[in-house]
Amino acid sequence: MAECHPVGFQWVSEAKARGAKIIHVDPRFTRTSAIADLHVPLRMGTDIAFLGGLIRYVLENDLYFKEYVVAYTNAAALVSEEFADAEDLGGLFSGFDPENNTYDESTWQYEPEEPPHSGSDDPAGAAEQDELEDHPEIRKTDKAQAAGSGGPPIAAKPKRDETLQHPRTVFQVLKRHFARYTPEMVAEVCGVEPEAFLQVARWVTENSGRDRTTAWVYSVGWTQHSVGAQYIRTCSILQTLLGNIGRPGGGILALRGHASIQGSTDVPTLYNLLPGYLPMPHAKQHESLDDYCADAAGKAGFWGNKRAYMVSLLKAWWGDAATAENDYAFDHMPRIDGDHSSYQQIKDMIEGKISGYFLVGENPTVGHPNGRMNRFGLANLDWLVVRDLQLIESATFWNESPEIETGELAPETIATEVFFMPAASHAEKEGTFTQTQRLLQWRHKAVDPPGDAKSDLWFFFHLGRILRERLAGSTDPRDRPLLDLTWDYPVHGPDQEPSAEDVLREINGVGPDGRAVSGYLELKDDGSTSCGCWIYSGVYADEVNQSARRRPGREQGQVASEWGWAWPYNRRVLYNRASADPDGKPWSERKKYVWWDEEAGRWTGVDTPDFEATKRPDYVPPEGARAQDAIGGSDPFIMQGDGKAWLYAPAGVVDGPLPTHYEPAESVVENALYKQQANPTIEHINGPWNRENPSLSPVFPFQVTTYRLTEHHTAGGMSRTLPYLSELQPEFFVEVSPELAALRGLVNGEFATLVSTRTAIEAKVLVTERMRPIRLRSGQVVHQIGMPYHWSYSGISTGDSANDLLGIVLDPNTHIQEDKVSTADIRPGRRPRGPELLEFVEGYRRRAGVESGRVGVNGREPVAAEAGEGSQQ
Amino acid sequence: MKTWLDAWPVFRQLTGPDPLGRGAAARSKATEGVVSRTATADRVVQSVCPYCAVGCGQRIYVKDEQIVQIEGDPDSPISRGRLCPKGSASKSLVTSPTRVTKVRYRRPYGTEWEDLDLDTAMHMIADRVLEARRKGWQDENDGKRVNRTMGLASLGGATLDNEENYLMKKLYSAMGAIQIENQARI
Ligand code: SF4
Repeated sequence: MAECHPVGFQWVSEAKARGAKIIHVDPRFTRTSAIADLHVPLRMGTDIAFLGGLIRYVLENDLYFKEYVVAYTNAAALVSEEFADAEDLGGLFSGFDPENNTYDESTWQYEPEEPPHSGSDDPAGAAEQDELEDHPEIRKTDKAQAAGSGGPPIAAKPKRDETLQHPRTVFQVLKRHFARYTPEMVAEVCGVEPEAFLQVARWVTENSGRDRTTAWVYSVGWTQHSVGAQYIRTCSILQTLLGNIGRPGGGILALRGHASIQGSTDVPTLYNLLPGYLPMPHAKQHESLDDYCADAAGKAGFWGNKRAYMVSLLKAWWGDAATAENDYAFDHMPRIDGDHSSYQQIKDMIEGKISGYFLVGENPTVGHPNGRMNRFGLANLDWLVVRDLQLIESATFWNESPEIETGELAPETIATEVFFMPAASHAEKEGTFTQTQRLLQWRHKAVDPPGDAKSDLWFFFHLGRILRERLAGSTDPRDRPLLDLTWDYPVHGPDQEPSAEDVLREINGVGPDGRAVSGYLELKDDGSTSCGCWIYSGVYADEVNQSARRRPGREQGQVASEWGWAWPYNRRVLYNRASADPDGKPWSERKKYVWWDEEAGRWTGVDTPDFEATKRPDYVPPEGARAQDAIGGSDPFIMQGDGKAWLYAPAGVVDGPLPTHYEPAESVVENALYKQQANPTIEHINGPWNRENPSLSPVFPFQVTTYRLTEHHTAGGMSRTLPYLSELQPEFFVEVSPELAALRGLVNGEFATLVSTRTAIEAKVLVTERMRPIRLRSGQVVHQIGMPYHWSYSGISTGDSANDLLGIVLDPNTHIQEDKVSTADIRPGRRPRGPELLEFVEGYRRRAGVESGRVGVNGREPVAAEAGEGSQQ
Repeated sequence: MKTWLDAWPVFRQLTGPDPLGRGAAARSKATEGVVSRTATADRVVQSVCPYCAVGCGQRIYVKDEQIVQIEGDPDSPISRGRLCPKGSASKSLVTSPTRVTKVRYRRPYGTEWEDLDLDTAMHMIADRVLEARRKGWQDENDGKRVNRTMGLASLGGATLDNEENYLMKKLYSAMGAIQIENQARI
């Protein structure tokens, strides 16, 4: 955190000054470790074993927050008799389909209170829904996300045992699942000595409970794994058991990487989501608006209003053309029916299936793993539009990339037409970023952008305008969605810049009276309201741009609610109803945050209560209640269908209802816990340009991780081009331990070559004790290598690209790549140049028993190349 | 004599109220004459750092319609006026001499960049979007209506404003383009 979110880290330092204990769990020693009270270096890729060890410690020693766990979680729910745990099946859960490498989740369900589906408003519909969801293809299409952040529907209310003693309660299932994650096993798997582990366990549990809370902070070090979603699940289970969610000083803080990466998820340019985590309609599952909303029909919680959110979105997009008769133009929405995510697209580009590509402030040939594969993708397009501040590598791949040097690419063979469109910087346009705490902050414009540089708002508005002009008068039904689109944003200035405030107001939503709505509770499913992103509804309440509020922090209390605006409803801590006990009283004076004021008959506190203001803590939903009215007064997790935090996920997480330790896809260690080595549901993308290093291969004997430096920014387009930052961190280096340096003859300050089945790269060697070899109980020594990934061939400071070394394997829940852990070889000296580099890497592939990585023209399959398209070989 | 001695910092330090020589004693005429760029700016605009997700407040100082300085905003309860090396370098980001401010065009099989007029480029891109959309169009897939095009794709960065992401998703969806992604996946 001190490295990558440096100014945010001031609050950790403040906490330390006030007596908080800071623990840093990381394979590397960083600037965070330097400030921490305890640094725990663990073997990369083993966090589930470590966190699982903590869960076991909490359960075995009865250190969980009992009242919280019983009242606010699904600990008391009974799991179906058909469920079999990974403990009993060698690392697989019941329902595994080895043909598709997917799970059928039906055996993971709860044991219903009554016969199945009787709790649902629409038993037939729910059954049909279940059947559809069992289709393996739909499972692959992000069922977890497709259900929205409320999680998937659960078929029926579970049987409960409030004593938590029944062997099939979630609580007991959890206890058995983690029983073998002992301190000794943690030592065996993670290489963390039991003393260090127990120190962490003591500090975490001593600082949790009524009077104290513990916070966990993570970043892409957890998400970029083949079990990334499960890493976070493990921490959620731990934090929920300790009663650390929804309370001040608690929580799990996901530190997002970049200025508005949170915003890019909320108002997503992601294939499987619409704004506000509404799923993108699926061809098989969502043939009509009714299908689309079916899973919300009988659902409790705020997702029960899905229809109002969706109809309001359709009204925002298609205005008067969206009517009750035409399902509010639901069929104007295109449908997805598989994994259409970024890496699949690159594969499709290489195979010639995609003609055109827009890169809008993104530099994939450096920032994505496997740069070579990315460049081959770009080389097989008809056209590419790059919008950026500088001529980044993704714009110059056709004449400057490493593959030009190896002869795999040449300008003369690349048909891709490239448009470089200069972009306006953050200071030259207005609009909002959403930072990592869901806080929207408005930026005022300082000056006009220079020359042809324009905002992306300008570019897409005018592109849309031109497209609509071209198609005007068309009678082709496929053009209707474009022609019916509401696209009349007022423009201003000589550049005809559209008004960002107007767009923000559309995102906020407008009521039947034509005024900005004050929040999503006002949204209706009858077409009388419009709203571009329901969770952002309220950002323009009272016709005021709330994100532009800037009351100085020193004039406000600790929550500083009048600086910017956080979704939803300007709440700064989510699920803060959990900061009070079931009766609505603060758990303790010290941790008071939001509570029930009996006299006033409403919730109050220092933050906006994450609950309807007047819903009493003893409210019991009447029979037939729906949406938020079906959530009881003591159920704080209002976005979940049952108002409870899920220690066990009966559906929706595609690789298992409980987190389980698997080794990374590329590991030098055998899984000590299960026969199953790696996550059985990993997504692979195969081709000569994306070979995988076999696990346990002596050819690739070392583990590698990648990371960022304080002084640079992701793929470097905004930092390697600047003199100060380039001076601060002038060249690409790899960090290795003195032991590894001795083993491989690496010399500090000289070059080393790293090799994988993808390619070989060179970097300056930094020999440092900050990297430590991990000694496992078995006697095996695991050497770990660290590489910052900012560099490439352009800019002021240049070097090989760390990401070129990495391959692409994906977490099946999120389609995020595992690039925080992989394997490689390292040897002293510089890498071979030109075609010799290809020979060199091919030799490694051969020795490791991996298929050839040779490609034909522009990276296409050699076979296709021989069949008449000319070959480079 | 007095004036001459007064000009000597050590004399001022020894005789004046600043024995440590860290304040008035160390000030010279030249120092007095120096005025910070922040003091002479025509206006100050409140903004947000474009690098990481902490979201530090920035104050952008503008003189003669040029950005002359970017500093941390002490009003921000998040950052309290601080910026890290990246945030502190943001003036050099926006005023970088290597920033490309003219449209660049590389034709198929071309070996050089060429100039292109912005308006022409916009219309050429629109042509290509329509063509790619047509080429990759699917009314149905696997017997189900999909109404989409697989002919084009998009990848956004994480410095896009919410308003920009919103217009992108809206326009792409209306075109039928579904292969829309963002750094947020990465
Ligand atoms: S100044 Fe540094 S810490 Fe603050 S937002 Fe910018 S990059 Fe992040």
